[in-house]
Amino acid sequence: MKKNFLWLAILAALTLVLGACGFGGDKSSDDKSGEKTLNLAIASEPPSLNPQLATDTQSGSILNGVFEGLTRVDDQGKVENAMAKDVKVSDDKLTYTFTLRDAKWSNGDQVVAGDFEYAWKWALEPKNASQYSYIFYAIKGAEAYNTGKGKVEDVGIKAIDDKTLEVTLNNPTPYFLELTAFYSYMPVNKKVVEKNDKWFAEAGDNYVTNGPYTLKEWKHNDSVTLAKSDTYWDKENVNVDKINVAMVESSTTADRMFQSGDLDFLGAPFQSIALDKVNSYKKDKSLNIKDTAAIYVYKFNTKDDVMKNKNIRKALTLGMDRQGLIDNVTKGEQKPANGVVPKSINGWDSQTTFFKDNDMTAAKEALQAGMKELGIKDASDIKVKLSINTDEAHAAIAQYIQEGWNKNLGINVTIDNSEWQVYLDKVDNGDFQVARMGWSGDYNDATTFLDQYTTASNGNNQTGWESKEYQTLMAKAQKETNDETRLGYLQKAEQVLMADYPVAPIYDYTTLYVVKDGITGMEPDVLGNINLKNVKISK
Amino acid sequence: MIKYIFKRLMYILVALFVIVSLTFFLMRIAPGSPFASEKSLSPEIEAALQAEYGLDNPWYVQYKDYLISTAKFDFGESMKYKGRSTNDMISESFPISLTLGIEAMILAVGLGVLIGVVTALYHNRFPDYLGTTIAVLGISVPSFILAGLLQYFVGLEMKLLPISGWNGFAYSIMPALAIAITHMGFIAKLVRSSMLEQNSSEYVKMARAKGLGKWTTVFKHTLRNALLPVVTYLGPLFAGVITGSFIIEQIFAIPGLGKYFVTSITNRDYTVIMGTTVFYSIILLFAVLIVDIIYGFVDPRINLKGGKK
Repeated sequence: MKKNFLWLAILAALTLVLGACGFGGDKSSDDKSGEKTLNLAIASEPPSLNPQLATDTQSGSILNGVFEGLTRVDDQGKVENAMAKDVKVSDDKLTYTFTLRDAKWSNGDQVVAGDFEYAWKWALEPKNASQYSYIFYAIKGAEAYNTGKGKVEDVGIKAIDDKTLEVTLNNPTPYFLELTAFYSYMPVNKKVVEKNDKWFAEAGDNYVTNGPYTLKEWKHNDSVTLAKSDTYWDKENVNVDKINVAMVESSTTADRMFQSGDLDFLGAPFQSIALDKVNSYKKDKSLNIKDTAAIYVYKFNTKDDVMKNKNIRKALTLGMDRQGLIDNVTKGEQKPANGVVPKSINGWDSQTTFFKDNDMTAAKEALQAGMKELGIKDASDIKVKLSINTDEAHAAIAQYIQEGWNKNLGINVTIDNSEWQVYLDKVDNGDFQVARMGWSGDYNDATTFLDQYTTASNGNNQTGWESKEYQTLMAKAQKETNDETRLGYLQKAEQVLMADYPVAPIYDYTTLYVVKDGITGMEPDVLGNINLKNVKISK
Repeated sequence: MIKYIFKRLMYILVALFVIVSLTFFLMRIAPGSPFASEKSLSPEIEAALQAEYGLDNPWYVQYKDYLISTAKFDFGESMKYKGRSTNDMISESFPISLTLGIEAMILAVGLGVLIGVVTALYHNRFPDYLGTTIAVLGISVPSFILAGLLQYFVGLEMKLLPISGWNGFAYSIMPALAIAITHMGFIAKLVRSSMLEQNSSEYVKMARAKGLGKWTTVFKHTLRNALLPVVTYLGPLFAGVITGSFIIEQIFAIPGLGKYFVTSITNRDYTVIMGTTVFYSIILLFAVLIVDIIYGFVDPRINLKGGKK
């Protein structure tokens, strides 16, 4: 009897537990007839869907769908007006006056200039610690306020009235209208946000948006659902009714979902194509390749005993077989890089070529010269530590390059891999000789790649390299109002940098993607962003 | 009995204190920061972030704050996922891991005991060889391999079950099976060997001599004793499966707790590391306690007062 009771109790407890947790399924009809649904996947939970706090491209792509800035960039890189109906630029190119169109928030409020002013100044307020606040530094007084040296009244953002926003810049910034399309520059509904400082943590009444879609549901760690907005000003041109974004961490799983039809698209900034699947998509001709403004480099520590020598750095830079690396290891149709600015950046197709890929003769000459300067007799006495963060792809690239340096130049190379956080710590403290880094552009202008090398103390420089000439050229470019002349200064600056080889460029990234038939408008722009507004489904 | 439980609870508190302290110091020794990324932050912003989460205080102040918040079970806001509290993250994802874990455990124990009994009864005959082979395969094939194979063949090729996600019972079958199979093999081996031991004992021979059927003997007599080692194994197994498996959750895109254990560490998301560690420790410690108590019921020879007369 006692035993039976025990079993009964266990059974009851089990039923209770199973009943209580359930399997989280909501059986609400997924496909209403005629509803156009787009199924996407991202690799992880978006860290933040607050436009002023987001820092990654996945969150960025979702924000791009639910919010709208003053302008939008289409997949050809052309800037078009969005929330702004009209933009006036003063003759000295320092004052931008935006006139807003009649647009509404998803809760029915009018979108006013004050919403922009509030959002931008919120991002700059030091205590909010927005990591992308530097993207506002083109605006007058922004940097001083953000670093606690200036006052908010001096920031050049002013809502003249509900429909007019006036922005004053430090310097002529030819790409400013691209910046206003970037997610950090998107507005938030001041009235709602002021009442609730955690408005962005969940989907719901507080998550008020002004873009083509609304955030219908956010199941943390599981999925995000966007639905076409009724209040969007241009809703006639929004073709998709619903976008499901599942969070699928494994790219192999995502690939299987794509093959079985559960996903409509694979490729950055959403979940990317698994590396081992690239070839099969290439074979059946469904793979799309698009150049991207991002670069993979090896940085040299110019404060190191060996790497301080320019000729050694030159030898290592020239002595890499980039095309071989791309064909045999990375296999993503990347382009061999020739400078620190990717070729796909505005105006950069006219930049000079700095070196020939896999130029062993020149590399050996440079090595001899460098060894003489350092007083080293035998190449095998040079010991190079190549630092990477633990990752299969980085390791494969490092091994290929290690082999090349060792075989062709006779240098001893060891690979030092450490976990990501430890790695960042090492690189920031200069505890490396050669270290891998990746950099993707925030906007389509060379300065997004060149700014980091202006001073040795810039946290993104890491090489310890700086040059007076480079600084002068960058300063000149900043003040220049003529676009051609400005581009000339910037190209000259890159030439100064590349003459010293503080960085060995390896490849320019490409975005690979596959998309289901009948879906258009999923092509990423040069910065790797997808404009969800333009997606069309024809079935 | 009550005195025993009380004493064990005190031990649990001490163990928790040690775990919290160790986690705190290990976390601090590891280089890195929750705000680090490829694009470096300006010193001002970094200082503001440090101040926001109290990371600018000296270590003993931070340690004290951690102890207090742990005692209150309020672990604070995640440093990586803005605006999300660690408690919410655990309370949203734990039920999913719990459901999956219980399903896996029912599978593991059910199938494991069944295979164990069958192999023991048909010792050195065909069912024994078959069952042992299955058990050894189950132990030696890693769960992620099995998960990948299941996903490919059952999900993609045969289209019998959904490939990934968490939207209903059908979604839980493959992941539960993938988690269960190793434990199933282990339990089968345990049951088999202890059944064999029991089968040669006097009381079983007696029961058989009295004319009781083979299976009746098993259920009425042998199994009860043979399950003792399994009960020992159940405690850690329970704690292990219900807090989620990182690799299985990753493969099947299940929004469970296991993911946070691993990603919080690589993100240096201090609050989440602390929250998940304390949560897991509590479950593990209590699971072991409960197993010890169940032991007393299953085997009356065990004296819970700790060997005193």
